[in-house]
This record gives sequence, structure tokens and C-alpha cells, in this order.
Amino acid sequence: MIASLLGLAGLYLDLHAEFFAAAQVLIYAGAVMILFLFVIAIIASAREPAEPDTSSGPVRSAALASAGLLAVLGLLVIGSVRGWAAPEIAAAWGSVADFGERLLVHHVFPFELTAFVLMAAVVGVAVLVGRRG
Amino acid sequence: MPGAPLSTYLAVAVLLFAIGTLGILLRRSPLLMLMGIELMWNGANLALVSFARFTGNPDGQVLAFVALVVAAAEVAVALALVVLLARRPREGAPE
Repeated sequence: MIASLLGLAGLYLDLHAEFFAAAQVLIYAGAVMILFLFVIAIIASAREPAEPDTSSGPVRSAALASAGLLAVLGLLVIGSVRGWAAPEIAAAWGSVADFGERLLVHHVFPFELTAFVLMAAVVGVAVLVGRRG
Repeated sequence: MPGAPLSTYLAVAVLLFAIGTLGILLRRSPLLMLMGIELMWNGANLALVSFARFTGNPDGQVLAFVALVVAAAEVAVALALVVLLARRPREGAPE
């Protein structure tokens, strides 16, 4: 999982999204995965060892549904965007400075919205887990 | 300059999305289902960023950034719920 997330960061670099690559490494491969590991540790210590592991669901239908989704989306992709080459862009396109100017000059309101969402999430987590009952 | 056409990036995005779906459908534990959701979210984000690159419009990266932050917030809340579920035994199944 971590390897796939780091690979995604490499793809972002290839797509001239430098800030996005850095954010991917920091947020996903760093923070989110650490959070996952912490929760796994908490759950493993809270759970009594004799409990059987969670079993898999119906394998065949799940694989079928997933393969069908893959086929449909793949056909759509191949049929719609075949041969769409990358346009020429300036060297500074997608650089950190360009992205920052986009984010903080042209799109301040979505940026503030993300700040609000994060704050609401943190408060919600504190309310959920911090309760002692 | 990315040498690959757009369909290659979108193929990777679709593959990530399908693998995430498979994980959600196969696993019964909420933690592993959450990881599947994360994979799906990453596939969607990759599609956003590659479309931003291939239309030459950097505003798409801003949209993808918003999606990334929302994903991070979602992970925090969902993991809190997972911890709460794990604290009460025998009720951890998400159905």
C-alpha cells in the first residue's frame, strides 16, 4: 500500500504536479499510513487474542463485480481519450510557485473551505473518541 | 514532459479504483475496507491530476488538492469510528 502511494507520487512528478507529489508523500505515505498503523496497534491491543480473524466475504461475486467495473471503466477510458497527447506547456507549469499562486490568489475560498473541513474533522474526532463513558 | 498518453494514466487510475472496490467487497473488517476506500480515492485523484495536465489547466490541481484534504479528514473521522467500534466487542461487523 505504501509502495503504491509512493509510486503515485512519482506519477504526479511526471505530470508536472510537484506540490502534489510532495503532498502525496507527506499526507498519504506519511500521516495517513502512520494513523492506520496506530489504529491497528490500538485495536490489536484492545482485542482479546482468542477472537477469530474477520473472514473474507463472498469471493466470487466480489471479484466478478470488481472485474466488471474494471472492464467498463477501462473501455470508457480507451474509447474516449485514445491518442490524447499532452499539450505543450511552459516550464514553470505546475511548479510549486505556480500552484501556490493558483491556490492562494485565484482560489482562496476553496482553500479556506479545506481549512474549515479539517478543523471540523479534528473537532469531530475529539468528540467521538475523547468521550469517556 | 510525460511521454505516455492520457489513457495510460487513466488506466492506472482505473486499476487503482477497481482494486479498491475489490478490497471493499472482499474484506469484512472496517479497517481494511477503509484502505480500499483510500485506494479508490487515490485513483480518482490521479485522474483529476492527469486531466489537469492534459488539458493544460492548472486549476485542476487545486480541485485535486481539495479532494486530498477532504480524504485526509475522512480518514481521521473514519479511523476514530473504527477505534470506537473496536472498543465494544462483538459489534465490529459493518453491516
